[in-house]
Amino acid sequence: MSDATTLDPQAVTDADAATRSQTSVIDQRPALDVHLQTARSPLAHLFTARADANAGVVLEEKAFLGHLMLRGDPAQSGFAEAVEVALGLALPLTSSTLNLNDAGVSIQWLAPDEWLIIVPGEEAFAFEQALHEQLSGRYQVVNVSGGQTVVSLSGAQARQVLMKSTPTDVHPRAFPVGRGVPAVFAKATLILRHVSAKEGESEFELVIRRSFADYLGRWLLDASEEFGVCIKA
Amino acid sequence: MMHIFCPYCGELREEEEFHAKGQAHIERPIEPEACSDAEWGDYLFFRNNPRGIHHELWIHAVGCRKYFNITRHTVTYEILETYRMGEQPGITAETLAAEQLAQSAAASAASSTTQQTGDARP
Amino acid sequence: MTETRTPSRRTSSGGRINRETSLNFTFNGKRYQGLAGDTLASALMANGVDVLNASFKYARPRGLVAAGAEEPNAILQLGSTESGQVPNVRATQQALYDGLEAHAVSGWVKSQKDLMSRFLPQVGKLGGKFMPPGFYYKTFMAPASLWMTYEKYIRKAAGLGRSPLENDPDIYDHLHQHTDVLVIGSGPAGLLAALVAARSGARVILCDEQEELGGSLLSMSGDCLDQTLDGQPASEWRDAVLAELAACDDVLLLPRTTANGYHDHNFVTLHERRTEHQADIAPVNSRGARQARSRLHRVRAHRVIMATGAHERPLVYSHNDVPGNMIAGAVTTYLTRFGVAAGDKLVLSVNNDHAYRAALAWKAAGRDVVAIADARSAPSGALVEAARAAGIRIITGAAVIEARGDRRVTGARVAAIDIDGFKVTGEVEELVCDTIASSGGYSPVVHLAAHTGARPVWSDEVHGFLPALGAPMLKGFDACGAANGSFSLEDVLVAAYASGVAAVEACEYPVADTIVPAVSALVEAPMLPLYQVPHDKPTARAPKQFVDLQNDVTAAGIELATREGFESIEHVKRYTAMGFGTDQGKLGNVNGMAVAARCLGQTIPDTGTTVFRPNYTPVTFGAIVGRHCGALFDPMRYTAMQEWHVAQGAKFEDVGQWKRPWYYPQGSEDMHAAVERECLAVREKVGVLDASTLGKIDITGRDAREFLNRIYTNAWAKLAVGKARYGLMCHDDGMVMDDGVTTCLAEDHFLMTTTTGGAAAILEWMELWHQTEWPELDVQMTSVTDHWATLTVTGPEARALVGELTDIDLDRDNFKFMEVREGMIADIPGRIFRISFTGELSYELNVPANYGQYVWETLFAKGEKYGLTPYGTETMHVLRAEKGFIIVGQDTDGSMTPEDLGMQWCVGYNKPYSWIGKRALTRPDTRRDDRKQMIGLIPRRKKAGDERIVLQEGAQIVFDPDHAIPMPMVGHVTSSYYSPTLGHGFALAVVKGGSARIGETVFLPQADGSTLEAEITAPVFYDKKGARQNV
Repeated sequence: MSDATTLDPQAVTDADAATRSQTSVIDQRPALDVHLQTARSPLAHLFTARADANAGVVLEEKAFLGHLMLRGDPAQSGFAEAVEVALGLALPLTSSTLNLNDAGVSIQWLAPDEWLIIVPGEEAFAFEQALHEQLSGRYQVVNVSGGQTVVSLSGAQARQVLMKSTPTDVHPRAFPVGRGVPAVFAKATLILRHVSAKEGESEFELVIRRSFADYLGRWLLDASEEFGVCIKA
Repeated sequence: MMHIFCPYCGELREEEEFHAKGQAHIERPIEPEACSDAEWGDYLFFRNNPRGIHHELWIHAVGCRKYFNITRHTVTYEILETYRMGEQPGITAETLAAEQLAQSAAASAASSTTQQTGDARP
Repeated sequence: MTETRTPSRRTSSGGRINRETSLNFTFNGKRYQGLAGDTLASALMANGVDVLNASFKYARPRGLVAAGAEEPNAILQLGSTESGQVPNVRATQQALYDGLEAHAVSGWVKSQKDLMSRFLPQVGKLGGKFMPPGFYYKTFMAPASLWMTYEKYIRKAAGLGRSPLENDPDIYDHLHQHTDVLVIGSGPAGLLAALVAARSGARVILCDEQEELGGSLLSMSGDCLDQTLDGQPASEWRDAVLAELAACDDVLLLPRTTANGYHDHNFVTLHERRTEHQADIAPVNSRGARQARSRLHRVRAHRVIMATGAHERPLVYSHNDVPGNMIAGAVTTYLTRFGVAAGDKLVLSVNNDHAYRAALAWKAAGRDVVAIADARSAPSGALVEAARAAGIRIITGAAVIEARGDRRVTGARVAAIDIDGFKVTGEVEELVCDTIASSGGYSPVVHLAAHTGARPVWSDEVHGFLPALGAPMLKGFDACGAANGSFSLEDVLVAAYASGVAAVEACEYPVADTIVPAVSALVEAPMLPLYQVPHDKPTARAPKQFVDLQNDVTAAGIELATREGFESIEHVKRYTAMGFGTDQGKLGNVNGMAVAARCLGQTIPDTGTTVFRPNYTPVTFGAIVGRHCGALFDPMRYTAMQEWHVAQGAKFEDVGQWKRPWYYPQGSEDMHAAVERECLAVREKVGVLDASTLGKIDITGRDAREFLNRIYTNAWAKLAVGKARYGLMCHDDGMVMDDGVTTCLAEDHFLMTTTTGGAAAILEWMELWHQTEWPELDVQMTSVTDHWATLTVTGPEARALVGELTDIDLDRDNFKFMEVREGMIADIPGRIFRISFTGELSYELNVPANYGQYVWETLFAKGEKYGLTPYGTETMHVLRAEKGFIIVGQDTDGSMTPEDLGMQWCVGYNKPYSWIGKRALTRPDTRRDDRKQMIGLIPRRKKAGDERIVLQEGAQIVFDPDHAIPMPMVGHVTSSYYSPTLGHGFALAVVKGGSARIGETVFLPQADGSTLEAEITAPVFYDKKGARQNV
């Protein structure tokens, strides 16, 4: 392919600013009672509760969160500010990093023009609307909540499980808290993030696509077996 | 298994994260209809197959999903450079040849007795 | 089974074995005892088992030659049960455990005899002159048609060991490692380099193929001739270094771990044998869980330090393969490390000082050293003096020219030799002995350094090949110690320190203080190059002088190869099989090159360099596969409704990695019956398909519409909000690559669907164009494939059924064909698309996937009264084919243009931008009239029952069935089914110029010699006007 000339974001910003996106946005979350009765998470069939006080690996599906994909050029004036206003979190501009807060909101750099936003499930539409209200010009916000789930991986042997599974370097020197990357994982892919390290024990989050959840879930259980697994349900 | 520096992520990553997409710097003619069949055929079908320096298009498929270019040696698999779309390579077969020429000139100027011959075997 | 021998060759003291713990094992069914700390090889030697195998080509008895990875003969079959069988285990690398069962690999003799008697009855006898080098090539060259038959026997004959016939009960796994410094080999060089790196704070992995870390330090006997490091005996220094390394957080010590492959950019595969030293089958761990028997570490290292040491070269003399012929260092190792003497009377034949250790250790163990034949005229080093002082006879300027004996050495013929003249110069002396140890010098173990294609470089100083350090294929790769040609301990440590420092600096750590240990002096005199020893007969007539014991390659064989014109060592290797297979030329390569060089009258480097390939030693398939087996072999992707499909007994079809319901058999239905029922249900009532696997891409931006115009062949300028359109995508060569329906949700918002298999590739394709050609377009794309569950409700009752679930107005005039609406579906927010792939009235329901199964179940709760039937991909295929709808990838193969498919209606030649594929469609080749064009075929029915004829998909089509073979093939069947609606079989096919041949008859020759006839029709078989989907 030919050599695209680097886009000068300032050149288009003014013209774009006038045009508000008309994107079709619908609240994709049913009423709470309906949701509670009808929703089925991608790993519900596999991650049934399993207690093991001495488990080296602890797994938990964080189901039904709101997942929003954000695309846009951060060089556009006001882009980063708009995201920060909408989320209450700064837009990460350093590659492979994420920002998160105690309100369960996180935003992760995936590419120079792409971020993954995860919010509490019932707030997805509000955040989606807030982003549309704040942003202008070239951007995209897409709700992908039904297509992804989050698995929390912790325990003393969590890193060993990751090393069995991904060529990504997960040593604390190379993968500190606040780092997140798309990763090859077994023969599939996922998004891997290091969200906390308390008393030396790390918690990783694995953002998994729904259709791969069964495979990746089975892989994780298999890789964890020798260490003992606790599943929180 | 190569180790590839993604110019958008700014890091070395494993080859498994990338897909090769063929020769770099293939420009689609601006006015396809103005091309002769031969010109269009050149654009579509003809690619270099050098034994040596090759500029290649890759995508960081399990990563930032950005296309970028790699300058790679097809025999040694050495990656000399990776650079973003829209940029031109800093290292080419020509620049390397010129560099070598300058080096050997400097070497022969510096010393006429200790000449490095290297491995002359094909 | 009852015979138990008392170890007779065990020395009274010394070694790293535990004399208190004896272990039982069997070899070829006989019971033996060894000691904890033994290898299988040392235990066999201690029990006096001389013959371990029969050789590959000549069936000669063979015994132990070496003590490590270079062992060519003692390659055994392990396992006490069928499922536990492991072939090709080197006895020298297998730790002994209680209950170990080993067998010689002897199956080949029978195979070899079969081969001979079947194809060469006149040979009648095995081996010898009848199997010269190049035997297989010469004998089995012709006739070519028989090759397949030969091959079956040759493979059997060439086999070493056998695979288990039952499933492996063990598991294996992979571990991805990243490190600053990977040190391969834990001898003095590896230990010091690792220590320097570790003290500097680098992440370090130190691996070694042996049971214990320490390398050559483990073979030091601790007597006065051993050198000390900083005044400590070698073993104490080793223990201290290892203890320090083990205490570092970021140092990983891996004994029993072979670096088997060095790959691009410092990617190294390590094979760790985790439980092979404990039992046949891995014991459970302390938690009672299974653990991996062996593990493949996939290491990405910033720096690699190869400290793999050197392999001693044997001398090449006649009958050097008779059991009892060994390399000198192995004799030393068995004595000092395992407390086993290879025999009682030793003759040593050497060209260097270092090998004298074997004689000294032998003598110290109270055995008889008959003589040392030293090829040098005036040997003089410290070890030589020690031998003299011990009263050992040294015959100078001489070598063993031939071994005596058949199943065990009984004597050695020693003679003075003239190396330059390549002849025996003096009288031959016959010495009585049972062991001959030889040493022709040391070959650095450079294998890993050659795996990426960097050819090792010959060194006249070392008389061996050195790694081509500095080559572009070896960036970040270093070597030190004997692996890089440093043989004296002092030199080794100095080089290792430098390698360690260089690695630390390259990783940008401050170098911590480490001092090279002071080494007590030991003067060694230079070696004298000697490879093949001259015999009193010329090589061709002398008794066999083996170069490669594993592949039975002799000096005479190499000589013959050079006489036949093979001058490059690479050709000689292929002609003679030298260095093939699991051996990878460890003992024989340099000797073989020396023989070839002598025959060709040139130097070794002139003869070429040698290249090695991964793996250094065999790796089990289990370790290569890791956990990617069984249910985890490959990802299986499921939709949100998977549990329902399984509960209903659906059969599944693989579509890429997706598992899609293929059909839902009821009772005893076979596929045909189920598909007929499902087809009729859709045509007459209503059916539902899980279409969630279709690729879905959310596209937004002011230029989204323009982007679609460029990517698709058809026009998108006028598609109104709320409307959907079918689109076709081509490569820029004009060939169809994907299709799907794209819907306009807002002026700057579209939802694209792609084929199930094409989803990821199409997104990548569109990003390619956006990122590289049209970055100025304001367009953004995100995959929503997994987000939406898609239920295709289709059939005459579809409106009534869907109407029970949704608040969306389904009135035919308010919600027309190819339109979209948003609303609630079973109380779940979603969208309904009125599009049809069956030709029937259809609604595609999209709901967020977390609610997919619920909506699906609700549909069935409401659907019973309408006769709702779930249908699978097979029925979907039949229904769409009846309508002539193509499936990209089934009806197309990357060589079909839209016009070939009869889809001119889907090509917008007048669009302003020259869209992807447009220009190519005016190339002369894409305008030919005789291109293969999509048509329909209906098999000609000549008798009752012929309506059941279903042409085979892929069947070739001819115009003239009477044409001589080969007939010109003019097309092939792409899709073919029985249609319960039509009551006969039908097919889609491509035929040259087919669209102008409607009504003609074509012929399909069958495998059984018969020919089927079919009529060319238009490729729409049902409801040609499309009335049914517009109701």
